[in-house]
Amino acid sequence: MKIVVIGNGMVGYKFCEKLVAKQSNQHKIVVFGEEIRPAYDRVHLSEFFAGKSADDLLMATADWYSENNIQLLLSDPIIHIDRANKKITSHHGLVEDYDILVLATGSAAFVPPIPGVEKQGVFIYRTIEDLELMTAYAKKAKTGAVIGGGLLGLEAAKAMLDLGIVDTQVIEFAPRLMPRQIDDAGSKILQHKLESLGLTIHTNKNTSAILGDDRITGMQFTDDTQIDVDMLVISAGIKPRDELAKQAGLAVGPRGGIMVNEQLQTSDENIYAIGECALYNNMIYGLVAPGYEMADVVVAKLTGGEKTFTGFDMSTKLKLIGVDVASFGNPFVASNEGRAIVLEDTHKGIYKRINISNDGKELLGGILIGDADAYNMLLQTCKSKVVLPPNPEDIILGSRGGSEASEGAGVASLPDDALICSCEAITKGMICSSVTDAACETVDAIKKCTKAGTGCGGCVPMIKDLMVHTMKTQGKYVRNVLCEHFDYSRQELFDLVKLKELKTYDEVLNELGKGDGCELCKPPVASILASLWNELILAKGNDTAQDSNDRFLANIQKGGTYSVVPRIPGGEITPDKLIVIGSVAKKYNLYTKITGGQRIDLFGAHLTDLPNIWQELIDAGFESGHAYGKSLRTVKSCVGSTWCRFGLHDSVSFAIEIEERYRGLRSPHKLKSGVSGCIRECAEAKSKDFGIIATEKGWNLFVCGNGGSKPQHALLLASDIDSETCIKYIDRFLMFYVKTADPLTRTATWLNKMEGGIDYLRNVVVNDSLGMAAQWETEMKLHVATYECEWKAAIETPEIRKRFSHFVNAPEEKDPTVKFDEMREMKKAKEWK
Amino acid sequence: MTVEKILTWFYACKTTDVPENGGVCVKYNDEQIALFHFTRRNEWYATQNECPHRQQMALSRGMIGSQNGEPKVACPFHKRTFSLITGECLSDDECSIKTYEVKIEDGNVFIAVEE
Repeated sequence: MKIVVIGNGMVGYKFCEKLVAKQSNQHKIVVFGEEIRPAYDRVHLSEFFAGKSADDLLMATADWYSENNIQLLLSDPIIHIDRANKKITSHHGLVEDYDILVLATGSAAFVPPIPGVEKQGVFIYRTIEDLELMTAYAKKAKTGAVIGGGLLGLEAAKAMLDLGIVDTQVIEFAPRLMPRQIDDAGSKILQHKLESLGLTIHTNKNTSAILGDDRITGMQFTDDTQIDVDMLVISAGIKPRDELAKQAGLAVGPRGGIMVNEQLQTSDENIYAIGECALYNNMIYGLVAPGYEMADVVVAKLTGGEKTFTGFDMSTKLKLIGVDVASFGNPFVASNEGRAIVLEDTHKGIYKRINISNDGKELLGGILIGDADAYNMLLQTCKSKVVLPPNPEDIILGSRGGSEASEGAGVASLPDDALICSCEAITKGMICSSVTDAACETVDAIKKCTKAGTGCGGCVPMIKDLMVHTMKTQGKYVRNVLCEHFDYSRQELFDLVKLKELKTYDEVLNELGKGDGCELCKPPVASILASLWNELILAKGNDTAQDSNDRFLANIQKGGTYSVVPRIPGGEITPDKLIVIGSVAKKYNLYTKITGGQRIDLFGAHLTDLPNIWQELIDAGFESGHAYGKSLRTVKSCVGSTWCRFGLHDSVSFAIEIEERYRGLRSPHKLKSGVSGCIRECAEAKSKDFGIIATEKGWNLFVCGNGGSKPQHALLLASDIDSETCIKYIDRFLMFYVKTADPLTRTATWLNKMEGGIDYLRNVVVNDSLGMAAQWETEMKLHVATYECEWKAAIETPEIRKRFSHFVNAPEEKDPTVKFDEMREMKKAKEWK
Repeated sequence: MTVEKILTWFYACKTTDVPENGGVCVKYNDEQIALFHFTRRNEWYATQNECPHRQQMALSRGMIGSQNGEPKVACPFHKRTFSLITGECLSDDECSIKTYEVKIEDGNVFIAVEE
């Protein structure tokens, strides 16, 4: 059978791809395209301005077509279809016969009949050539306008901004932006957001003429107003390319479009039409997904399958100039069909609307602007007609008061193909099935079965959550215990150790555990002891219960050397201290790097050299940075009001105060903080475990943010508080966390699992609902009063200092297996296998 | 026929040089041996110092403990665990480590090596 495809756009290409995948070489395929390039990704056309080349956008290279025996003829539009003899004629005079003809002619930009559209500087936004012309012209343009405030129009407006035309105006004929997808209120929010990004938006504006001699200089509107512009893009809609079909006598719709049935057959059974040129049930489907679906239906039909096209969900989610916009199901429900629940936050620029059936049981559709995170969940709820909860507003408001928040909600909501262990490429689904199918009920068993968590180990807490979650859904009782040696959770152990006043690891194991301990229970118990009694972590008996990094007060690095990170509070450092770091690094041949936490990391130190290096640093006034510990790392700060012209308060001084207060505090996991001097948030405080941002009236305190593998913004705990209150709240917050979190659980995960969420946490910290505030503050005071630099103690205690040697029987010798390579005038660890 | 291994005992260090419930690294010619004093069980163990996973000289700096009664050491790099008795890897089946005999005489630690 010979199949001829007219049109090589995205849908025409997809048809070829699907046909080739189904039945290779059984059909002869010939494709005609009128553009000079093979099909490219028109949806991401605007990325052309973001540096992508025309080749980057190609769906497949020309070679792909020949490799799959597809004859591709470009720059050669078809001018005639002879249906009686089943032949077509191309512009270049080629005549090709066909058994099956597929029209994938797509659409063209609709250009309204405005006087002056032919002038120079007026463009349409459709092909790469259009973009190239715009790019060339934009160099001499200062002001621009776009006719059309729909999806494509706003894309075009983004393209204008990308081209450097800062003064760009959008002209929409309808009373609102994106009239087909979103309602008035949503449109207002969107408009406001776009205006804040620099676009000027006119609605209810009808262009009557394009002004200028040869080239455009301005626009005239029907309301007798005028604007001056150097450049105009018309993006007022599409019209289906049906002229060839019309000429061949195929049935077309009154307003354009080639009429097709459920099998995408036109009025001639040997001719199909797919994509934006096809009119099904009086509708043109102007998105790419339904076009692909149409291609799939025709391929199925031609290869003996059975499939029909019965319309397509036009739900969309996209990012318009950085603003999320989504619409799904039926976004506009008439009052007799259902009711709407609307959330409008003009401050944050968020608008959410859901339409529910009159009985409140079914989700009919909705609109999301500014925050479309819930889109997939809502779309699925809508499509599969899931029965709504009794308070359907919860699905856009989130559960308030947190009564719905369940343990492990974070991992439960991830899709099965979410990558959990990126070292070994293990997905959530693989981990869950190791629990259900292979009966793995410990993290070790899962590690052995799937290899997840055997690389860097960073995903182990998530593996544990997934295991607990999966076992719970199977109805199994899961007790959250440390390991085989302790039948307690960390929180229970914390309370028991305190009650029984146990001071060493062995005492804890004797009193509360069994067996000999292991690498799973030793570090958390050591951390509990350090948090509770604030004694030196290297005190005899507890030293070997510390993780290797804590035991040697440094992070072990590839190759077996250690890194040295002196504390640089708030990131502020004098020139003299910088010189000391430089000369120490030079003396001991260390690799130096600025860290993300505004300090300097010195890598490649031999174990034997650590005490001498620290001796020099401490003599120069440095102290331990606790980079090795599960404790406070850094308090990052912006330069603040002392220098910055925007700064409201002195963020550096406050950061130093905070860092010096909580340094050395042992906790379930590392702690990071930041202080920003104004709303611009240069210290990125909202990605920290606790972050502080200056306001006109004081400070806003945010908690439980995280960077890392599962980034999460910190949530507002208290606003406009003074420094003293801020510190008081942080004292309480940290003590609550230190006492109750599971081992290796960052504050973000701790909060995610907390019943009641941030509201509960606020109640505990701000309103003192547990009555613990006074005790926690006293305990923190004790911590501050008893803090001492561990490195100082280590180098002053000969017994401890002695431990920093590689060979017990040759203390002066360094590990001869340590090897370095050279890179950019410094050293790096030798690559391991 | 039995092949008898010829063992040589060499002096490693004093018992007090080894931290309680922890390890040190002993140098024997070009060999690096991890020596552990499992004070809690009143036992001594010695293994190769190199973790076979990433060829790192680190086992002596690892934490020791037990798994179902079996004494083990965890590598500080990626927490692979090895039996201190058999040298078998308890986290996966891919690698194992060499073990050595240890004896204590008058507060001195001796390790046996094959000549």
